[in-house]
Amino acid sequence: MRPKFDLLGESLIERILEEAFLLIDDPGVRVAPYVVDLLRGAGVTVKDGVAHIPEPLARRLLDLVPRGFCVYDRSGKPAVRYAGDDVHFDPGSSCLNILDAETQQPRPAMSADLVRMVQVAEMLPQFAAQSTAMVCNDVPQEIGDWYRLLLVLWYSEKPVVSGAFSPASLHTLVELLTIEAGGRDALREQPRAVLDVCPSPPLNWSEFASQNLVDLARAGIPAEIVSMPLAGATAPVTLAGSVVQHAAECISGITIHQLAQPGAPIVWGGAPAIFDMRTGKTPMGAIETVMLDVACAQVGKHLGLPTHAYLVAGDGRVIDAQVEMESGMSAVLGALAGINMISGAGMLDFLACHSIEKLVIDAEAIASAQRLIQGIEPRTPSLAVGMFAQTGLQGDFLKLKDTRALFRKEQHFPSTVIDRGFASMDATPDILTRARQRVDELLSTYQRHPLSPECERELIAFAQSEGEEAGLEGLPGILIPAYAPEPGLI
Amino acid sequence: MPDNTFSAMRQSIVDGAPDTAANLAQQAVAAGTSPLDAINNGYVPGMHEVGEQFAKGQMFLPDMMASAEAMRAAMAVLDPELKKVGTERPLSGVVVLGTTKGDIHEIGKILVGTLLTAHGFRVHDLGVDVPGEKFAAKARELNADIVGVSALLTTTMRNQRGVIEALEKAGLRSQVKIMVGGAPVSRRWAEEIGADGYAKDAMSAVDLARELMQQKSAIAEHA
Repeated sequence: MRPKFDLLGESLIERILEEAFLLIDDPGVRVAPYVVDLLRGAGVTVKDGVAHIPEPLARRLLDLVPRGFCVYDRSGKPAVRYAGDDVHFDPGSSCLNILDAETQQPRPAMSADLVRMVQVAEMLPQFAAQSTAMVCNDVPQEIGDWYRLLLVLWYSEKPVVSGAFSPASLHTLVELLTIEAGGRDALREQPRAVLDVCPSPPLNWSEFASQNLVDLARAGIPAEIVSMPLAGATAPVTLAGSVVQHAAECISGITIHQLAQPGAPIVWGGAPAIFDMRTGKTPMGAIETVMLDVACAQVGKHLGLPTHAYLVAGDGRVIDAQVEMESGMSAVLGALAGINMISGAGMLDFLACHSIEKLVIDAEAIASAQRLIQGIEPRTPSLAVGMFAQTGLQGDFLKLKDTRALFRKEQHFPSTVIDRGFASMDATPDILTRARQRVDELLSTYQRHPLSPECERELIAFAQSEGEEAGLEGLPGILIPAYAPEPGLI
Repeated sequence: MPDNTFSAMRQSIVDGAPDTAANLAQQAVAAGTSPLDAINNGYVPGMHEVGEQFAKGQMFLPDMMASAEAMRAAMAVLDPELKKVGTERPLSGVVVLGTTKGDIHEIGKILVGTLLTAHGFRVHDLGVDVPGEKFAAKARELNADIVGVSALLTTTMRNQRGVIEALEKAGLRSQVKIMVGGAPVSRRWAEEIGADGYAKDAMSAVDLARELMQQKSAIAEHA
């Protein structure tokens, strides 16, 4: 039996959806001019920039959303399945700062930091996907979004969760993915990435977000709605009320998306949080934030849709017991909730800072969560009687063939990050030291798998051309192979 | 006016009771109490107490918003009376507030504006998605003392630097103090971009604004 964690009863889910459908009609949803004709064409009343979406239309379009889809790795293998109770994790994204490995003080993230994080995440099986984890401060701000994706595509073979910061750069992101996939059709057939789209709470699809939804739908690239109600500030203070708002934002986004391209893949996702009434901050590690994430995902699962949430992040400013307690707890609850993609690992300080050391510690929490959801299985014809028949009251279970055959399935063996009293760890009693060692170990064993020379050449030429327009000199973080137009270390 | 009336005024602010605050203000006016006395001895001490309780974690943001509303209700009665007698409440300073370009989040900024107003600042809120040039133009128009720039996103907080550059370009930098805030913003970031101060929350923003005004006064005295 797969263990499961549900927060909402069926009747409460029905009430949540009932109110969400009411909200998208009245007061309605603020939308951008970009989608007004699209909505009006489907019979939606749009007045003063506010769309009043009737429930029957929204329900009809919800029915068109694929109940599942795959995201592919570079080799074309379906590596992430957004469907059912499949659970995957990826690191948190778009961070401006990194906790320096040596000083453990935050500093602006650079291309080299993102490269290190991508390489570490590549080596950790706990992360089924990469994220465009950091915005690199050594590249011009206006190209910060697509440059992250370039580095991930260069150093990783895993699927990617990413997103654009502006309509113009969305096209650059799509172009990078197209080059890497070998064409638009190939990208559509085997998407390598899921791109986030964020409504602005409450109930506002801005010009950029509206356009993003439409463009992604038409490009056939899966979109992931990241709805962010802040309970008590930009959403009702009650958790149930915020879940309603999240549902209304997702349903209205799906309406726009499916009108643009019926049947295009989209994810019911979000990063909801409570609003701390003492500080005005949005604690990602608070249990109520985790409850919101789980409940929002449960509503999406009730509709049969692919789901996403933002968890495994802590709020403390250094790697300490608080941060890891928060991160570990939410990793377990998110996995038990059966959320298809759980983003956030590695992040701390209210998502303001990333840490590669934290990422490897979080990977251990994730591994435990992944073991947990495998549950307890009857692996032998009898559960215990057969083994007792072999060993009797002597209790020599260690000698049994079953023991040797099954212990690896039954027990998860954490890396040396976790202190299980292993002799070689005697000299490194603190987890930060062990995490640093683990990072070094992973980086020393990482090997980059190049793309085809043609593809690399095209990616570099495109990136150089786009970068030059923004004043970028060279391609920070990339050692350009000799065949490229401008050889050498940039 | 008896002390217990001032005490009731103070309490109306602490309780976040706009109707009570306004009624007490009307009674004070009817009784011939100086509006400035009512403000300084009744309502302002209430806001101070709210600030202290907030700092101790005994009051929360919704309480503070309610107190600011109560202050606004009292001032709506007392401001016209001040004008009638040719007096003005001493102005703490003029502040131009806004959320930086590319960012449409404003809850934090609204909190800051509300509290600054309650503490005697004149606040002009430019709204959201505000380019640096607009901050500079409004600061020039109002002869602002302080420009406050908010950002919620890591991706948009970098535009706070653009506001400072716009004020420099407009030749206003030496006259205007700049404070920054928002979820991803830190003191270190404020220092890096050359802002004059960082406030971690709305109440700290009030303290910071007062401090910046003192700095301005000190500079003016030495000039």
